[in-house]
Amino acid sequence: MSTVASLRSPAIEVERLEKRFGRFLAVSDVSFSVRPGEILGFLGPNGAGKSTTIRMLCGLLRPSAGRALVDRIDVALDPEAVRKRIGYMSQKFSLYQDLTVAENLRFFGGIYGLAGARLAARMRYALEMAELTDHADSLVSDLAGGWKQRLALGCAILHEPRILFLDEPTSGVDPLSRRRFWDLIHDMSGAGVTCIVSTHHMDEAEYCNRIALIDRGTLVALGSPAELKRRSLGGELLRVECAPLDRALAALHECPLARDVAVFGSTLHVLVDDAAARREPLIAYLAEHSVEDAHVTRIDPTLEDAFVQLVGRGEPPREPGWAAGAGQASGAQA
Amino acid sequence: MGGGRRTSLGSAGVKLRRISAIAIKEVLQVWRDPRSLMMALLVPVMQMLLLGYGVNLDIANIPTCTYDEEGSPQSVDLLKHFQASRYFNLVANLNSERQIADAMDRGRCKIAIVIPADFSRDIAMTRYASVQAIVDATDDNTATLATAYARAVVQGYSDEVQAELALQLGQRTMPAPIAEQSRVWFNEDLESRNFIIPGVVALVLALVGAQLTSLTISREWERGTMELLLSTPVTPMELMIGKLLPYFAIGLLDAAICLAFALYLFAVPFRGAFSTLLFTTSLFLVVVLGIGYLLSVLIPSQIGASQMAMFATIMPISLLSGYAFPIDQMPAPIQALTYLVHARYYVTILKAIFLKGSSAAELWAPITALIVYAAAVAGLAARAFRRQLT
Repeated sequence: MSTVASLRSPAIEVERLEKRFGRFLAVSDVSFSVRPGEILGFLGPNGAGKSTTIRMLCGLLRPSAGRALVDRIDVALDPEAVRKRIGYMSQKFSLYQDLTVAENLRFFGGIYGLAGARLAARMRYALEMAELTDHADSLVSDLAGGWKQRLALGCAILHEPRILFLDEPTSGVDPLSRRRFWDLIHDMSGAGVTCIVSTHHMDEAEYCNRIALIDRGTLVALGSPAELKRRSLGGELLRVECAPLDRALAALHECPLARDVAVFGSTLHVLVDDAAARREPLIAYLAEHSVEDAHVTRIDPTLEDAFVQLVGRGEPPREPGWAAGAGQASGAQA
Repeated sequence: MGGGRRTSLGSAGVKLRRISAIAIKEVLQVWRDPRSLMMALLVPVMQMLLLGYGVNLDIANIPTCTYDEEGSPQSVDLLKHFQASRYFNLVANLNSERQIADAMDRGRCKIAIVIPADFSRDIAMTRYASVQAIVDATDDNTATLATAYARAVVQGYSDEVQAELALQLGQRTMPAPIAEQSRVWFNEDLESRNFIIPGVVALVLALVGAQLTSLTISREWERGTMELLLSTPVTPMELMIGKLLPYFAIGLLDAAICLAFALYLFAVPFRGAFSTLLFTTSLFLVVVLGIGYLLSVLIPSQIGASQMAMFATIMPISLLSGYAFPIDQMPAPIQALTYLVHARYYVTILKAIFLKGSSAAELWAPITALIVYAAAVAGLAARAFRRQLT
């Protein structure tokens, strides 16, 4: 982000944060800090601890151990002060469905202490931002999913918070609305608002400045999407298109050239130390193992490749929504 | 998005904005759900009618049999006095004691009046005659009252006979018989209805009030709106005040309905000041709405909270508030328990305002008790409110 922003103290600082529910360790030893205006994505499967971490940062859950400073305020010591400074969109839609769009905005405006001309101006801004000006008097229960999410964002930014927590803001929303929603997040960030966004969509994670990869309650990796891909793989990727796939997979598992093999749709991704040097030998190796006409290309790794390396250890992700954005996001470069 | 700090308003102003935002939201939600509004206004009407007509300790039209052994003009005259009384309803003229026993066994009558064969002769000769009343005492309240009413009828007849005799004998003045002279204050007609209806008002308000607010927090939990609300700077006290205000208005409307029924339908005398009634009723509403709210805070499911509001109010209030069953006739440990029942104080207040016309100053004790109760309930609710998820 801008140099001015990076000179300021971090918007969020988390040190060894931990949350236990009885004997279950939901979040364990998580530390990171977020620069003002940065978009930090929490990426991980359902139940990984993304929501629990966000809820602790919002003062909704008391941390079991560790420390979290939001806008330099300790959330465990003064959750009241934190609540005034943040905007929050919960994972489950939580506006009043039996109220209209304008009534919801007016309610949350009042809750944040806005009134008069300022409230009117902020409501107008939120309606325009959410593209709901023509639907101000519609009942929220009548709105489509994407519209509801934009309204929820509108309610969360009425009081001009400096930090926004968006917990899976695009779940259950069509791809076009998702894209539009991310444009709004980028606008917020451009205006200096720090955004923490959780998602389990791989493609969405690419829109973040940095990604915190979370799995089973621990922070597995933290960095920009490009960094994560580079660092996690420790090599380069070759995509193998061939038939039959299972014979090629079995052969490559035994192949000394391949550091790792994973199935991606109807292709295989093979991790090698040097893509250019290993391409030809790999084709030859496959031919030796009766896999003819293998089409091998060098590809840029996707976040999913990185995730598989960092978390899955070759296991395919189980969550159905998990792989939704994968595959089509991998741009082929021979 | 400016990001710059605005000069912050006084915190009192912000508090008021939050409270009014919550109150307006609650009003809109009640308004959008007409069924709940109808319930809030119809239930007190039904309960007033049911309890007002249903609970009546007076007895009228007691089924009565007669057995006139004499059949003289005088005996027939006495029986006519019974017929004329609204307390007795003559159902049969019988001819033997056996028939009386039979009629009582079959439940045809609760009381039998037996006039002996020498009734008129005894009056003429000795000026002293007796009439027998046989009472079915399986229901002792009815039996006691029936005997007392029968004695009154006979006494009235006896006075007439004496006056007639005195006239016949040419006496201007006759020796005044020593008679009981009791005066009844505050409820001159000894109508149990006058005594009970103010208590019924308290009962209905306590039931309806707790129901009104018992859903208000649990609804937010069940619909998932609480999580977002908790992420805002709203305080438990602001939330409580904002949520109770609209229901307070509905509660006052309910109180007006109940009081209108008491005054116009049941024609209970009202001798107090309207301002005293409004003040004490408002105070009681705060208590009952607060109890419903407290339950809503403690029990996160709507059904659970609503049922608990029912249980927690209906039994203790109907038995221990003294609305129909006098507290000073309860055993001492039970009497001690009644001090925990909020309706007890309001029943005392309402009866005093209605029948005695008591002022707020005279009612300082129960009023203080209600104030303490209201503060305790509000404090507990604010403390019990979960400001965080678990």
